Amino acid sequence: MRAAVIVFPGSNCDRDLRVAFERAGAQVSMVWHKDTELPAGVDMVAIPGGFSFGDYLRCGAIAANSPICRSVVAHAERGGHVLGICNGFQVLTETGLLPGALMRNAGLKFICHNSELRVETTDSPYTAGYAKGQVIDIPVAHHDGNYTAAPEVVERLQGEDRVAFTYCDNPNGSVADIAGILSENRRVLGMMPHPERAADAGHGGTDGAALFDSVVGQMALA
Amino acid sequence: MKARVHVMLKSGVLDPQGEAVRHALGSLGFDGVEGVRQGKVIELDLAESDATRAEAQVREMCEKLLANTVIESYTIELT
Repeated sequence: MRAAVIVFPGSNCDRDLRVAFERAGAQVSMVWHKDTELPAGVDMVAIPGGFSFGDYLRCGAIAANSPICRSVVAHAERGGHVLGICNGFQVLTETGLLPGALMRNAGLKFICHNSELRVETTDSPYTAGYAKGQVIDIPVAHHDGNYTAAPEVVERLQGEDRVAFTYCDNPNGSVADIAGILSENRRVLGMMPHPERAADAGHGGTDGAALFDSVVGQMALA
Repeated sequence: MKARVHVMLKSGVLDPQGEAVRHALGSLGFDGVEGVRQGKVIELDLAESDATRAEAQVREMCEKLLANTVIESYTIELT
């Protein structure tokens, strides 16, 4: 399985994400935001956490309009897989690949701590390696992770089983405790918590590793 | 010509920063502030001199980048 990690000025989880994918057996290339094409044969595009373009204007807004993002959107529209973590989730909502928006945390503070998440669905390549209802310990680190969407959008996400993860103890005010959501075809996942920071014993926890193992494993079979 | 774009959170979207400002005003003794909404102002210097075309351009900029219309609304002033 070939993955591409997009790098923007201000990305800071790009190398962690690369290591997490490589550990799961993927071949990973790093792709600069000014590139216009993804490397040939890429199955999975990953958009890392960080502060792309200094969070100027709105988190993820300028990255979402960068040259490479046009190719990322085209990849998703062709049915390709895209994973956006933290700032990557913000970028995915700004491109319109995922519904809703991430606003300033309800408590206004940057939060940085471990957070218990509940796996809400196993029906996705990312979450198939967990059990439904399983509680996993994954770090969060963000200032703008307050997921917001119109009530009918939230209802639709819940009705279509597209909420991937919820917070057990909501740290940021997200509607319906939402921590991560899937696209309609279930191949695009955006989440605020950082599974790549819980993917090696040296991180202090490995609950995030199953996400990478699962998606890389499923795509190797396909 | 110049354009000034006001971007505000839509009514109905809770504005945590505005709420914090309201609390701070209250603690300074400014009673009776029943609501605070915080937004941003973006000033643009445009080469275009025709107001109709300028407004159409700025509207497109707002839709594509300057505002996130999922949560924000915008108004355009041309001078």
